[in-house]
Amino acid sequence: MTKPRLATLAIIVAALAVIAFAGLSGALLNLMIFMMIIALAAQGWNILGGYAGLSSFGHAAFFGAGAYAMAVLQTRFGVNAWIALVIGIALGALVGAFIGFLSFRSGLKGSYFALITLAFAEVARILANSWNFTGGAAGILLKLQTGLPYLQFADRRYFLLITIGCVAIGLVVSWWLEHSRFGAYLVALRENEQAAQALGVDVFAVKMKAIAISGALTAAAGCLYAQNYLFIDANVAFGSWISIEALFAAIVGGSGTVLGPLIGAIVLLGLGELTKGLSGGIPGMDLLVFGIILVLSVAFSPNGLVMLMKSLGLRAPAKAKEA
Amino acid sequence: MLEVKSLTKRFSGLVAVDQASLSVAKGSITGLIGPNGAGKTTLFAMIAGFLQPDGGSVSYEGRDITALAPHVRARAGIARTFQIVQPFEGLNVQENIAVGAYLHTPDASEAMRQAADIAKRVGLGADLTKGSSDLTVAGRKRLEVARALATQPKLLLLDEVLAGLNPSEIRDVLPLVRDIRDQGVTILMIEHIMQAVMNLCDTVYVLSQGRMIAQGEPKTVCEDPQVIEAYLGHGAAERLRAEQAHA
Repeated sequence: MTKPRLATLAIIVAALAVIAFAGLSGALLNLMIFMMIIALAAQGWNILGGYAGLSSFGHAAFFGAGAYAMAVLQTRFGVNAWIALVIGIALGALVGAFIGFLSFRSGLKGSYFALITLAFAEVARILANSWNFTGGAAGILLKLQTGLPYLQFADRRYFLLITIGCVAIGLVVSWWLEHSRFGAYLVALRENEQAAQALGVDVFAVKMKAIAISGALTAAAGCLYAQNYLFIDANVAFGSWISIEALFAAIVGGSGTVLGPLIGAIVLLGLGELTKGLSGGIPGMDLLVFGIILVLSVAFSPNGLVMLMKSLGLRAPAKAKEA
Repeated sequence: MLEVKSLTKRFSGLVAVDQASLSVAKGSITGLIGPNGAGKTTLFAMIAGFLQPDGGSVSYEGRDITALAPHVRARAGIARTFQIVQPFEGLNVQENIAVGAYLHTPDASEAMRQAADIAKRVGLGADLTKGSSDLTVAGRKRLEVARALATQPKLLLLDEVLAGLNPSEIRDVLPLVRDIRDQGVTILMIEHIMQAVMNLCDTVYVLSQGRMIAQGEPKTVCEDPQVIEAYLGHGAAERLRAEQAHA
């Protein structure tokens, strides 16, 4: 269990920033922004699903909360984009605490927890789709206003930098987890809740914190999404696609690892884009590739690409008995 | 230090523990023995807070703790080990123990340092970076004890720490238990291995079919006809006495 050092993380973030300014085409810039947004959502998922072992199928609830907060606050209340971003992140944490309170109170785990999160996200999607306040089925269109105060940039590279910055925060949060009591408690309750309780771990409180942090990170991804595409509707913000991408990227990359979500997002979206190009845009081709990657990664590297990379260098002990 | 009064637990009609009482004196090693299925582990689970009793009370240091959650009891100084060892698989030995040490320090390097100390104390000093699943059965039992010790308990509940060990491993662990007591930790232990009970315990309680049928010093308890019958069946005590008379 070698843990990446902060210096390694700094180098990776710096490399991403350099690539951003390496003269990429518009399409590639857009792809990279999208990768970073998904990576951020996956980092959020990873806190809860990876470290704490509470797999969620409904991270769309947080993503959507962030996206709608961003859109509604700006279009209806004229709130500044940066303030809306902060409120959106806080709302994500709040939604997390709400879902967490209800499910952890009754001790939901495993597939039951996964299903309940899915249900919450679906309820949110249906509500957002039918409520006038959230723009109903028509969705919300954000006004195009470029400039730093509006968190929109004529030059897309600056927006990419902001998304990279957020991913960097996600990396630091995960790094901190691996070096703190809170992180140790998360892993302890993932591995054995009873034993953790016996050692004085207040599992309810720890889970609540985990889902709040997880919700906040994924909501941040939603905020950035809304701000980047300037349009959201219920199916985009609360749709199951984002729940799936978030858990997919984290699991394929390596759940419960610092770099897993980022690597997973880059590899998955990169390959998806590549197949779209090669197959001449047959719809659903990228999904097919996603499926194949998932099967392969579960079969050959159940601990994710991060672990696969490590074991290529040095054969790690097979500790994935129950993963 | 620990006072258990008429604890009762029913599992839909089956009375697993029936008005069992016991008390553990500060600084003692108290044993809890009984045939398989007597309800020992159920009683333990109620003392540690993992099961809510249907009747009776548990008090610790003069305070009623019957309604407290397990982690609150752990913070108050009650630690337990599990009969079936429950290591955190994804963590190595030192990290496993550190989870316990975090109870009294939020600082990661301090917790890891304490974990290394405790590992040394229980004889896992050389295995700090091993995965918990790479340990032998004896090693995992030691890990259970180490983790519990890391919470700096005042009362340690040991659930069959010797089960599954071979005689030489048992001989190694006995001094460890005594050593823990000598450091000021009161111990309540479930044990099947009579050699250990006779060796270690100051007082022994015998649970059979959920009822406390005997208590006292290990020697007197072992000669108690009720206890012999609980283990060997009805009439066994009489037969044994007859055989001894013949011999």
